[in-house]
Amino acid sequence: MVWKISDETAYDTLGEEVRLTINGVTIRAPQDQSLLVTARQNGFEIPTLCYHRDLPSEGQCRLCVVEIGEHPRTQIVNSCTYPTQAGLVVQTHSETVLQARRLVLELLLARTPKAKLIQEMAAAHGVYESRFKTDDPEELCILCGLCVRTCREVVGVSAISMKGRTPDKQVATPFMEQSSACIGCGSCAFVCPTNVIPYTEKEGVRTIWGRDFELQACNVCGNYIAPKYQLEHWAKITGDPVESFFVCKDCR
Amino acid sequence: MPRFESIDHLREYRRQLIAKRDPNQPQVLVCAGPGCLPMGSEEVAAAFREELEKNGLAAKVLLKECGCHGLCAGAVRVLIRPQEITYQHVTPEDVAEIVEQTLKEGQVVDRLIYEDLHTQEKAAHKGEIPFFQGQMPIVLRKLDIIDPTSLDDYLALGGYRALRKALLEMKPDDIIDAVDQSGLRGRGGGGFPTGRKWRICQDALEDPKFIICNGDEGDPGAFMDRAVMEGDPHAVLEGMIIGARAIGASKGYIYVRHEYPLAVSRLQLAIDQARESGFLGKNILRSGFDFDIKISRGAGAFVCGEETALIHSMEGFIGEPRPRPPYPVQAGLFEKPTVINNVETWANVPEIINLGAAWYAGIGTEKSKGTKVFSLVGAVNQTGLVEVPMGTTLRQIVYELGGGIHYNREFKAVQTGGPSGGCIPAQFLDLPVDYDSLQSVGSIMGSGGMIVMDTSSCMVDVARYFINFLYQESCGKCTPCREGLKQILFILDEIIHGRGTEEQLALMEELCAAMASASICGLGKSAVNPVLSTMKYFREEYLAHIRDKKCHALVCRPLLKYTVDPETCTGCLACVRECPAGAISGKKKMAQEIDQELCVKCGLCYEACQFEAVKIE
Repeated sequence: MVWKISDETAYDTLGEEVRLTINGVTIRAPQDQSLLVTARQNGFEIPTLCYHRDLPSEGQCRLCVVEIGEHPRTQIVNSCTYPTQAGLVVQTHSETVLQARRLVLELLLARTPKAKLIQEMAAAHGVYESRFKTDDPEELCILCGLCVRTCREVVGVSAISMKGRTPDKQVATPFMEQSSACIGCGSCAFVCPTNVIPYTEKEGVRTIWGRDFELQACNVCGNYIAPKYQLEHWAKITGDPVESFFVCKDCR
Repeated sequence: MPRFESIDHLREYRRQLIAKRDPNQPQVLVCAGPGCLPMGSEEVAAAFREELEKNGLAAKVLLKECGCHGLCAGAVRVLIRPQEITYQHVTPEDVAEIVEQTLKEGQVVDRLIYEDLHTQEKAAHKGEIPFFQGQMPIVLRKLDIIDPTSLDDYLALGGYRALRKALLEMKPDDIIDAVDQSGLRGRGGGGFPTGRKWRICQDALEDPKFIICNGDEGDPGAFMDRAVMEGDPHAVLEGMIIGARAIGASKGYIYVRHEYPLAVSRLQLAIDQARESGFLGKNILRSGFDFDIKISRGAGAFVCGEETALIHSMEGFIGEPRPRPPYPVQAGLFEKPTVINNVETWANVPEIINLGAAWYAGIGTEKSKGTKVFSLVGAVNQTGLVEVPMGTTLRQIVYELGGGIHYNREFKAVQTGGPSGGCIPAQFLDLPVDYDSLQSVGSIMGSGGMIVMDTSSCMVDVARYFINFLYQESCGKCTPCREGLKQILFILDEIIHGRGTEEQLALMEELCAAMASASICGLGKSAVNPVLSTMKYFREEYLAHIRDKKCHALVCRPLLKYTVDPETCTGCLACVRECPAGAISGKKKMAQEIDQELCVKCGLCYEACQFEAVKIE
């Protein structure tokens, strides 16, 4: 399972304050909070692609790597999962770190040459074109896993997951068929940093992951609220009758 | 089997067991290890059974199918005790002669014994064969003597004596002290001190704690753990129970590959036997300690040998590693403190408890103690399973145990530590094999695979083979490993096809450095070893592929050029008939010519020519 890295949202549950050094500056931060959050709270910007404050970090993108320890015994770790500890010496922009980040961005640029976000981030790191080979110039998915984690951790239905290993790894529904667990909420598409999850809505029907979802209209204004399945999911979680969700938030 | 209610009961049972057994009873021990089984050891054993029956010896001679005898090149192997005569390449047809000559007359069957390839000297007894002389079996000690399905066999050789000692004479701290002082390091490849790992887990406050045995051996050409699980399953169990006692775990799991069905069934049988006899379950040997073991089968992913991926797989999730910390000793299986050790590590534990930490620490080098099992495969004359003290040199392993390079070829490199190990060239043959020395030359100990290569191997092709394996097996979770391996494979393919450039070599080096530092788990971090080591020690081969478009080992087909020597060609047209591309033309009884544009470089013409007129360059 995922190690629960504390986030700013759960500040009050954190351990006692400890001292550590980031880029030569001594700072105080709660123990066990992720290094990424500690660094960002103190004004050290670290780029990320697969981090989201509401989701457990799994360290896929490897952009948030930092160097810890003192020369020559240093180590590259990903800051989104590494806990803040007393006496830690952290470099967020050492040459090794920047080199790793540039390479990661160059690899991602080769994977998804048309992804706007990757182009911008790469350019910010001085990478304008990739020396690596592109398989599919139309590819947009960077396999950050935010959609999968959102579906599992926030929505709580696990309708999609990663499929396969390196050569054909992709985000998919079970057996690439219509998922009966999907409630059509679209959270996966919402959280996707490269907007790659296809999603259409017309005439009261939302289509996502190859499945059509009938949308519920608001009993008051008639605007569509959400797929019926999603409202049923809410009703199940809250224990309220499903009809209580048939009014949109503007008319409530 | 009785259920052992007390120490005295076990001691008495063992005493009677040994008293019942005649040390001079003739025994026929047929190897049923991973090497011999597919060569027909079951048929050989059946032939022995029949022949002994026919000769009225069935009651007198003890016939057993054992674990791996070690020297797999001589499959099927048979050991005759008490004389310790070993026969190799035994077929069911030889059985009648062995029974007649050896068991009845006490004579050695000359044609079935070991013969030294270089000196032609013959050796009938196990102790006279150089392959066995250089070894120091601890983990493999019992493999060729005991019947893996018999708990009595294990008990008769002192089995579960260490457990008795650990449960009743030692405190958990004493056990950990012993393992710590023995200097035992993880045999799965990481080399983390086992005692320290146990101590951290023992100190963890959370309950329950778990014990895991990692039997997900997936390296190509490696079968050390398989041989131990199939040949001596009780040793693994005993080690785990002792470990559980030390850290205070009540539940253990053995994670075995589904592709090792025999290991799964032998372990299951051993668990059932141990449970029936009171070595597992509630109140083990009346000591008040409860512990049980369950088998968890892996579904065939190489990456699940990585400890965090293995734990995910056992929990029912996708077998992907996660960043550490937290380490499994802090938050492992079901987020509880978990000690996870490799099969070989566990099998070492009972011996350390039995014979003492000082004894174990006396074997090996300063920082690497004890012995290590290697599966010696590839271009050596005598392939098989060897167990040598740490610090034995590569030269001793390859030349003394392995009997040198086959077909009288020259040694080129040895790859240690599985697919992500480095290729070590001849200049380091005198390197002592231990964790730190191997690392210093760009390779790893790994779990003990050892693939020897001769001059017929092209190192670019070797690197490509292992990178392709790792690319197929990488879980694809983190960017550097997933995308990096794909790009390295692409560059190596370009080089093999003669399209590579020197810039690409530099790019590959840059990429390797980033992968080694930024990947999540050991797979990505060490995946660069085969590339970096071959680029470092065999750079001229890469350059030959890139600059001259030549593969001097004649392995990379796209770079080969087939031509017909007009002087030698008789015009028999044998090659023309074989060529699938219609690339060979010429008149009958006249010299033929190969159209290089049409040639697909399949090599069929080369094989078809009886006059050696087809040349490769």
